[in-house]
Amino acid sequence: MLHKQTAVAGLLVLALAGPAVAEDGAALVQAQCAGCHALAPQDNASVEDRMSRKGPPLFYAADKYRADWMVAWLQDPARIHPAGVFFGNHLKAGPEGDEIDEATLAVHPVLSAGAALAVTEHLMTLSAKADLLAVDYTPGKVSKRMGMLNFGKFKGCSSCHSDEAGYGGASGPELHTAWHRLRPDYIVSYILNPQAWEPVSLMPNQHLNPADAGKLADYLKVIAEDSP
Amino acid sequence: MKRFAGLFLVVLALLAPAGASAADAANGKQLYRAFCAQCHGLTGTGGGVNALTMDVEPRDHTDSREMGARTDADLFKAIKEGGAAVNKSVLMPNWDANMSDAEIHDVVAYLRVLSKTESK
Repeated sequence: MLHKQTAVAGLLVLALAGPAVAEDGAALVQAQCAGCHALAPQDNASVEDRMSRKGPPLFYAADKYRADWMVAWLQDPARIHPAGVFFGNHLKAGPEGDEIDEATLAVHPVLSAGAALAVTEHLMTLSAKADLLAVDYTPGKVSKRMGMLNFGKFKGCSSCHSDEAGYGGASGPELHTAWHRLRPDYIVSYILNPQAWEPVSLMPNQHLNPADAGKLADYLKVIAEDSP
Repeated sequence: MKRFAGLFLVVLALLAPAGASAADAANGKQLYRAFCAQCHGLTGTGGGVNALTMDVEPRDHTDSREMGARTDADLFKAIKEGGAAVNKSVLMPNWDANMSDAEIHDVVAYLRVLSKTESK
C-alpha cells in the first residue's frame, strides 16, 4: 500500500514538474537554430548574404510552415534542398557538368519529440509577414497530367524544383512534399511575389495572376498525395 | 593647365565605350553565380546542376560564335524578360524582379568576358 502510495506520489510529482522541466522552445531555438537560420529580418541583405545562407529564415516560420509537419520533420529531417540552401556552395565538376557534392551538404540535427514540440511551439509564434498571406486562394482540383505540363513546360518550375522524388531541378527546394510542409496561402503568396518574402530570393517573379498561382498550388497538392 | 585638364576629360569620355562604362563585370560574375549558374553552370558551359533533367539545354555562354552573334540589347532583353521575349525557351525565366537594370547590364558585361566576345 505504501509502495502504491509512493508510486502515485511520484507520478504526481512528475506531472507537477512537467511544465517546469518541459523544453523551453524559445531558448532551444536561440541556442540550436540561430547559427544557421535568421531569427530576425536582415536589412539590406545582399546577394552575397543569400549565397552564404545555411538555412531558411525562421522569423516568419508561422506564416510559412505547417506546425504538424514541423514537429514530425524535426525528429526525422529529410533533405528539402537537394543541393543545399545555396547550390553554388555544394557542387563539383562532373563529366556532364556541375554535380551535387553530397559530402559538403550539412545534415540537420535530429530533435527529440519533446524538443521538436517545444521548438515548433515557439516557431509558430514568429509571424513577421502575416500580412502577405492575404491571398485569394481556395484549393481546387487539377489533373496530375495537366498540372505536370503547367509546372514543367509552361511555367518552367521544374527547371529548379523537383516534383517527383529524386527527379527534376535541384537548385530549389523539392516540391513533392511542399503541400505537407507549407501553408497553402504561403505557397500562393510566394509564387506571386517571392521578393516580398525574401528580398534576395533566387526565384523569379513570373508576374502570374492569383488564379494561375493557385493552379500551381493545386498541383503541389496532387503530387503530395503520392509523397506521404 | 585648366584647358589641358578639360581636354584630358574629353579624351577619357571618348575612350570609354558607350554604355559599357557603368557595367561592372566583376559584380556581374557574382550575380551570375547566384542566379544563372544553377542552369548555365558555375563555369558557364551550360552544364548547371539543373541541366540534366531539362528538356532544353541551357545556352553555353563560353560559345564565342553563338554569343558573338547576340547584341548586348538582345542579351539584356533575354535576361530581363525571359527566353519567350526573344523567341527562346520559356525555361529561361524573366529576372526583372531579381536584378535591377544596372545589375543586368553587369551580367551582360560578364557574359562578354565568359564568351570572350565584344559588346555590340
